[in-house]
Amino acid sequence: MTDHPALITLKAVAKSYRVRGRDIPALQPTDLAIDAGEVFGIIGHSGAGKSTLLRLINLLERPTAGRVVIEGADVTGIDGAALRDLRAGIGMIFQHFNLLSSRTVRENIAFPLRLRPGMDEAAINLRVQELLERVGLAGHADNYPAQLSGGQKQRVGIARALANKPRVLLCDEATSALDPQTTASVLDLLLDINRELGLTIVLITHEMDVIRRVCDRVAVLDAGRVVELGNVVDVFLHPEHPTTRRFVSEAEHGDEGGPDYSGVAGNLMRLSFRGETTYAPTLSEVVRDTGIEYNLLSGRIDRIKDIPYGQLTLAMRGERMDAAVAQLRAAGVVVQEIAR
Amino acid sequence: MNAPSLLQQWFPNITDWTEIGQACIDTLLMLGGSLLLTVVIGLPLGVWLFLASRDQLHDSPRSYAALSLVVNVLRSIPFIILMILLMPLTFFLMRATIGIRGAIPPLVIGAAPFFARLVESSLREVGAGVVEASQAMGATTGQIVRRVLLPEARAGIVAAITVTAIALVGYTAMGGIIGAGGLGSLAYQYGYLGYKPDYMLVTVALLVLLVQLLQMLGDAIVRRMSHR
Repeated sequence: MTDHPALITLKAVAKSYRVRGRDIPALQPTDLAIDAGEVFGIIGHSGAGKSTLLRLINLLERPTAGRVVIEGADVTGIDGAALRDLRAGIGMIFQHFNLLSSRTVRENIAFPLRLRPGMDEAAINLRVQELLERVGLAGHADNYPAQLSGGQKQRVGIARALANKPRVLLCDEATSALDPQTTASVLDLLLDINRELGLTIVLITHEMDVIRRVCDRVAVLDAGRVVELGNVVDVFLHPEHPTTRRFVSEAEHGDEGGPDYSGVAGNLMRLSFRGETTYAPTLSEVVRDTGIEYNLLSGRIDRIKDIPYGQLTLAMRGERMDAAVAQLRAAGVVVQEIAR
Repeated sequence: MNAPSLLQQWFPNITDWTEIGQACIDTLLMLGGSLLLTVVIGLPLGVWLFLASRDQLHDSPRSYAALSLVVNVLRSIPFIILMILLMPLTFFLMRATIGIRGAIPPLVIGAAPFFARLVESSLREVGAGVVEASQAMGATTGQIVRRVLLPEARAGIVAAITVTAIALVGYTAMGGIIGAGGLGSLAYQYGYLGYKPDYMLVTVALLVLLVQLLQMLGDAIVRRMSHR
């Protein structure tokens, strides 16, 4: 038990679908706790169960076992008005945007506000204007979705999801249909919203890069099971499960996996830096003090959300290899020898 | 007037053009009345079929199967036979089996199931994602039908009304054979039974014109409505 209750708790939730008289499991019993204010990522290949897991939170899918607890209240079995109230408090955006093609941008954003009584026309207009400005679409209010680019459509989706001032935003592959530049700008918008409004975001994706850019924590889903869960920095730098390693490797090297260093002389070492050590001259100090030599084979210095990190693959040669490794470790660098 | 007018030259048998005018009005009244009722009855029927079908908001195999059977039975009876079968019901409802009043019940009962199927399939064209998004926003089924499904499918529904209206033009002409009146009745009585080809020609030309106008009107409305 943690000292603060999680915003969303899934307790041993499982889901199976009945297909031609047989139960096909989509999600094995899973426990998950998502804290208020965090950006929580769920990564997995298609069919891993991530879409099911996400939809359990707003009960678009009902679990076949287990419980869904939101803000301390068990909501697993609710229906009718209570269910609609719950859903109104949870925004959701989609891979294919799912906007109403027969309505303008303004009317799409006003749609959730008009579903429930209690808001007069002036208040709705004010709220819509505010949302249009937040997502940078004030000039497109009277356009129809078909007249917008993919990125603009997703911004409308985000504005619509925020209309009822939700506590949680669920993102269903929200950037998978977008090009890399548009993806970056939509992710930036999500991060802004997370920071400024304190909105909890739960997103599913099959791209490790999306996780790296915006998430605080990540769950890796494989065949309906959470196989790895932790802070993004830890999972990214030290993936343990084969599926996680594959995702990280895809993010680092593209789809081909790691390159082949079989012809390179020396000991192959992976050095992982995180936080402030990333920007310290550690490696050059070690080289000066121990006299080892190295070839830089591959590397990346970047940020995981706000945390700087570096990951370098070196071929190291020299008499005082052990001393060099010890000195690197003492400086906070994680050193792993790569078997070949 | 000594010289025969052009009309008399071309259409020697047609002595009373007001009769043709009246037939046009009768056809339009039958069409308008039956189309209105067909839409009023067929639209909710189509929505019901759609909602009850598999994986939809009110997935209910039994009610779908029952409704589907009724629709299929009514659609499989040729209209001319349906008209005769329905005569007792028609008389009970309208106190008439001929004329415009007598024609409307069989026209509606023949066309509403057809229209309902067209509505069902145009609702299927609305993406499942849009419905899911509305559910995620906390919309009720009624709100989803009125504010999402029908507006999103409106171009398809207008196209369905156009197709149905044109089918009804054909049905009204068939109705003419058993005394419904209108252009079909003229073509049958004077053109066919009376061997007057000029009557046949004029009524057919007017029916073709009516169908063309309906199609053009329908297409124009669909164009205005689509924002895809």
